[in-house]
Amino acid sequence: MMRVIRAEWRKLRRPTLFLGTLGAALFFTGLTNTFLYLMIDSEGGNSDRGREVGREVLNLAGGSVYGFSSVGGLLGVIALCVFAAQTAQEYTYGTLRNLLVRQPGRLRILAGKLIAMKLFALVLVLISAAVSVGISVALSGRAKVETDLWFTASGFHAIGQTLLNVTISVIYFGIVGMVLGLLLRSPISAISIGVLWLLIIENLIGAVKPVTLDWMPGNQLSTIAQGGSPDVSYSHALILGTLYVFVGSIVAATLFSRRDVAN
Amino acid sequence: MSTIAISVKDLSKKYDSGFAVSHANFEVPIGTICGFVGPNGAGKTTTIRMLLGLISPTGGTAQILGQSINHPEKYLSQVGAMIEGPAFYPALSGAENLKVLATLGGFPIERVEELIRIVGLEGRGHSKYKTYSLGMKQRLGIAAALLPNPKILILDEPTNGLDPEGIQEVRDLLKKLASQGTTVFVSSHLLSELEIISEYIVILRKGEVVFAGPLQELMQTQQPIILVKTENASDLQKIIEIAERDGHKATIRSEVAHIEGLAEWAGVLNKKAFDAGIVLTQLAPQLPNLEETFFEMTGDRS
Repeated sequence: MMRVIRAEWRKLRRPTLFLGTLGAALFFTGLTNTFLYLMIDSEGGNSDRGREVGREVLNLAGGSVYGFSSVGGLLGVIALCVFAAQTAQEYTYGTLRNLLVRQPGRLRILAGKLIAMKLFALVLVLISAAVSVGISVALSGRAKVETDLWFTASGFHAIGQTLLNVTISVIYFGIVGMVLGLLLRSPISAISIGVLWLLIIENLIGAVKPVTLDWMPGNQLSTIAQGGSPDVSYSHALILGTLYVFVGSIVAATLFSRRDVAN
Repeated sequence: MSTIAISVKDLSKKYDSGFAVSHANFEVPIGTICGFVGPNGAGKTTTIRMLLGLISPTGGTAQILGQSINHPEKYLSQVGAMIEGPAFYPALSGAENLKVLATLGGFPIERVEELIRIVGLEGRGHSKYKTYSLGMKQRLGIAAALLPNPKILILDEPTNGLDPEGIQEVRDLLKKLASQGTTVFVSSHLLSELEIISEYIVILRKGEVVFAGPLQELMQTQQPIILVKTENASDLQKIIEIAERDGHKATIRSEVAHIEGLAEWAGVLNKKAFDAGIVLTQLAPQLPNLEETFFEMTGDRS
């Protein structure tokens, strides 16, 4: 298993992939936090879907990571793209046959790839979290947000809790990407279908019939990152999100272990 | 200890459209070079994929180094393979691609530089794979197959895209590996190349094995032929009639008469053609070669 993880890591650590992905993550992290603080008095809202997040919220112990929890869904979409591409490209490049000749244990290959990509996602989340907190501290003065509670024991607890939630969410998004990559065997199809569903279709259906958001997979995973939302509770999102990811993983792993590697 | 490297018994792969491989039977002795030939779509790659555990057979069985292909984990660490041409990550260098596979297989990373030198990629090993020519990609594929220092080397069209010098280098490399005890199972459409290096041959046609055994044995079953060209192409039919009257099988291919017969009969034919007023521009006795034999057995001239 360790050999699979190390082999996969050799691919993930290449500068164009690593720095490119990190750049995208930091762009969204920076954008979300900047809007959150600089548009704090805007009537159009300063958070996702036009929500208003006032100083009374940001002054709390968890204020330093409020922006980070909001960007969790977007970090998840990035993870989905990376996991989907890294999985499906083995089919399009034809490299899967090389991997299986060197390591015939198919589930071992799958598990090793997943662990390596989880580590990649974890690094991404940690750096994004550090940058997010840094931006929050830097912009808090200008937005007249008090930071007295941010670095108390409860503040650090909030940071840890948010970090955990965002990590779970990002990894779940990534697994969804991996499942799509295994099912569709094409990076373009896997990424476009995944992103189209998460960013457009779910929101369109949710706008027409808001109650469906209680069951939509993308909304569950974003809600996990936020630690719950006014519409969906954290426990509901965690249970349902885990169920979606579990079922998808079982289906994809079964197919991967049994399917002929023809091309 | 068994002397058989690859043993295939009644191996079949059936798809909805029919059999890709049907009840294949053959054995490859250890330490030999075995040519695996057949027209396009004959089932060569499907057979190789089954031997490597990439696809499951629908019938029959096979053993590699005494281990069933149902348990590829028991023998693949001793097998090197290149299937359907080289396949690597375009954004990684050749060396980095080999390191991925070396890490995965648990082989020493130091072997990568040595293999890059062996296949003639020194100086380009650290260039990105996407910048490689077809010949360089092919060389990298062979290097990847050699990573485990294999007891069995399975290569699918290893000389595709190589220049004549490269083809000769691959030929020499395979001969050297075989002399060191490696069994080489190689498919190629360059039959003249296979004829030079192979001791064993397996011929597939429409998923069925039509011959499997020593190349020498195959050649002994074939008649020598005499190739005849005439000044007027219209005289070829008369040549065929002369040959058939003397009991020789004869056909016309690409304005050349192919007549089965020993070299001694060529003199008789020359005299008879002269008596009939036919001017011969070529009269060439030939020993049977793999290419002719292959066409004879498969009926394929593609």
